[in-house]
Amino acid sequence: MSDEALPCVACLRRTWLLRELSGAIEIARNGQRRLPDLLALPDGVLARALMPGRAAEILRCVRRLDSHSLREAYTKAGLVAICRHDPRYPPSLRDDRAPPAVLGARGDLGLLGRGAAIAIVGTRRCSADGAEVARGLGRGLAVAGVTVVSGMALGIDSASHEGALSAGGPTVAVLAGGADVPYPARKRRLYNDIAGLGLIVAELPPGTRPHRWMFPARNRIIAALGAATIVVEAAERSGSLITAELALEAGRDVGAVPGPVLSWRSAGTNALLRDGAVVVRDAADAVELALGVEAVVAPDARLAGLPHELRRLLTQLDGTHMTVDALARTPADLDAVLCGLAELELRGLVRRAVDGRWGPVA
Amino acid sequence: MNTALTTFALHGIDARVVTVEVDVSRGLPNFVIVGLGDRAVREARERVRAAILNSGFEFPQKRIVVNLAPAHVRKVGASFDLPIACGILAASAQIPATDLARTAVFGELSLTGEVRPCAGTLAVAEAAHRVGIDALLLAPERVEEAALIEELEVRGAGDLAGIAEVLRGDRSDVRGPAPREAPRAELPDLADVRGQHEALEALVIAAAGGHNLLMSGPPGAGKTMLARRLPSIMAPMTRGEAIEVTRIHSVAGLHSGGGLVAARPFRAPHHMISPSGLAGGGATPRPGEACLAHNGVLFLDELSEFPRSSLEALRQPLEDGRVAIVRGQQSAIYPTQAMLVAATNPCPCGHGGTRRCQCTEADLARHRRRLSGPLLDRIDLLVVVERPSSAALRGQPAMTSAQARDRVVAARERQRGRLADTAARTNAQMDAALVRRFAALSPKAERVLSGAYDQGRLSARGRDRVVRVARTIADLAARERIAPADVLKALGLRQEIGVAHEGAA
Repeated sequence: MSDEALPCVACLRRTWLLRELSGAIEIARNGQRRLPDLLALPDGVLARALMPGRAAEILRCVRRLDSHSLREAYTKAGLVAICRHDPRYPPSLRDDRAPPAVLGARGDLGLLGRGAAIAIVGTRRCSADGAEVARGLGRGLAVAGVTVVSGMALGIDSASHEGALSAGGPTVAVLAGGADVPYPARKRRLYNDIAGLGLIVAELPPGTRPHRWMFPARNRIIAALGAATIVVEAAERSGSLITAELALEAGRDVGAVPGPVLSWRSAGTNALLRDGAVVVRDAADAVELALGVEAVVAPDARLAGLPHELRRLLTQLDGTHMTVDALARTPADLDAVLCGLAELELRGLVRRAVDGRWGPVA
Repeated sequence: MNTALTTFALHGIDARVVTVEVDVSRGLPNFVIVGLGDRAVREARERVRAAILNSGFEFPQKRIVVNLAPAHVRKVGASFDLPIACGILAASAQIPATDLARTAVFGELSLTGEVRPCAGTLAVAEAAHRVGIDALLLAPERVEEAALIEELEVRGAGDLAGIAEVLRGDRSDVRGPAPREAPRAELPDLADVRGQHEALEALVIAAAGGHNLLMSGPPGAGKTMLARRLPSIMAPMTRGEAIEVTRIHSVAGLHSGGGLVAARPFRAPHHMISPSGLAGGGATPRPGEACLAHNGVLFLDELSEFPRSSLEALRQPLEDGRVAIVRGQQSAIYPTQAMLVAATNPCPCGHGGTRRCQCTEADLARHRRRLSGPLLDRIDLLVVVERPSSAALRGQPAMTSAQARDRVVAARERQRGRLADTAARTNAQMDAALVRRFAALSPKAERVLSGAYDQGRLSARGRDRVVRVARTIADLAARERIAPADVLKALGLRQEIGVAHEGAA
């Protein structure tokens, strides 16, 4: 029982207080108060700072919540509550400036303390190539035993989770609302997969619908959980860049995937690189960033025993999506190319995009 | 005095016998037409009266009652003018009634007495022969069309006076030239196409096995050009098929005289078309685009722009090869055995896959969802059509239509032999049982297919589709047993993509 301490009442009450103050936090955030500063305040100071008139009343209400019903809220939602004083609480969060009081969690709790973790973030409106890169990073890190931390948002976040899952995946999704609320709803299937193979955590109490301020608050947890944060695609002034900034503040490394200078999706990442972020081109770079050693790139098992023609076809595809006609210069090559692509697909090396073109699987 | 003669009312693409009974009796001069006619039939009164007078006949100043029997069948159109006029002339003894017993009459009249051609002549001629009528009397423009029914004696005259002469026997029969075999049509040829090797191969496979095809590519890449050339590589129509097509197009008013329709139809309806315009229907049932494309190609450009309801309406007709339109107490059956070719932009902005594309993965997913309507399930093949490179434009065409057609015809021949005693005519029409029976995979090919299936890259139905396409590829290569390469090629061209990673997401 020593390992699985019950969450303490004070910590639980803190999360309920945050939910109570949700609207006021949103207003204060828009009024130029920095969110991490706010969240670092102790209960009483926070309530009085945000709602001078009703602070006493709210604090009294929250204090009246009893430990039994608070704990039951988690168990009923199928979550485990881990408070700051629990030995299972991730050490990487503990030294944060404003650590979440309680983490509601579902899945493999062992992921919180175990080994290295890397956060991958990026725009929700990612390009097909960006998603492929994120997937590749997720898979590569997972294969190397590195936990992939992200926010399960559309686009880059989901792709990196998917990549990690495809490698049997240690991956942690940090949600903005309650850990029992799959958000975005469209990613319910991904939520279930992560809950099965990885771990879902969230700061706010079960059943909480995500509010705008909770996303940057969630980002500080993502940044703190990862030994480094990698930004795949991000516009300027975007949430992903805030995450990168929070990671720097928390003393973590930041990596970014370079992109075309004319694309808005690369504007944010390229700006990070100019400011000194580590260049991340592929999973090997990411692993090196995570583990601090030059990764020994294991020969890709999928490439073993690949016939010469298929290997050539694969190099032709190098990095982009192509049509069969672009690969088969003459009609005579057509059959060989079509069959070759189908065979590469069966080996998991290429994939046909929704528009019908063929591209490599990272 | 009264008389009766035979004409026909169009019903769907068939014609039904209508007996025109004319009674001319003493009484106050009056002229009524009864028998469930539409406005055009009621207005026939004025045309008939003027035409009779202007042709130098006398319009009887008596009580005239015309009955179109059977009285419960709705009669539509102006083709009853000529039979009614002939009936009145015969009943008033201005022309002999003797010939009218074995002759059907069909045509519209002008006020001056000219005989005008009507839609649906071939259907009428077929029906006339079926019910044992010997001769058909109509406008001269349609003699050649009606003469496709060789057993029928077809006579034409340009005006009412001429018709009277024919019936009196004063004039020798005007018979059209002997019907020709379906003539070779001048169709756009594959030799006009440069590059596009994958799409050409897919067209050949589609034509050989009757597989429906989806082309994805930016605007102006040549999707429509390719689709237009599909009829030219399909086997020439048999006489029976050509007669079916001629009959449908004649009923729809698309065929203006002459003999058989020579070319397989190519129909490309715009996406604003209504569901009944696609599948057939309307207050007075008319053949839809699916029926007009019978024995030919139905091309849906911008598939994702078609409203779901239209595609939904098209699904069953394409599946069954026919559609029944029910109106009131009657139903008409239209044949709809057409190959479906659809085209779509790769993404909402049209530049899909290139660096210019501004669409996000979410946009692409939405585009794909719009596409994945009821029809996508019926489509076996997907190819990307890109702007050909300038080198390809300078190069030689990969094949001519004649070369492609020879391959297609040979492959169809193999299918015909194999499917002789089944309901299917092509590989694409094989149901699951026939697939098991006729699509024997070599053990290695089976392993390839099972591999793809077990990896979750195919749904159960998608697996059958790949086997059908592989069957056609093997037929094109004159192989009875499907080889691994055939399965791989079919996998490479399959329409069903994304099953695997959707599963993982």
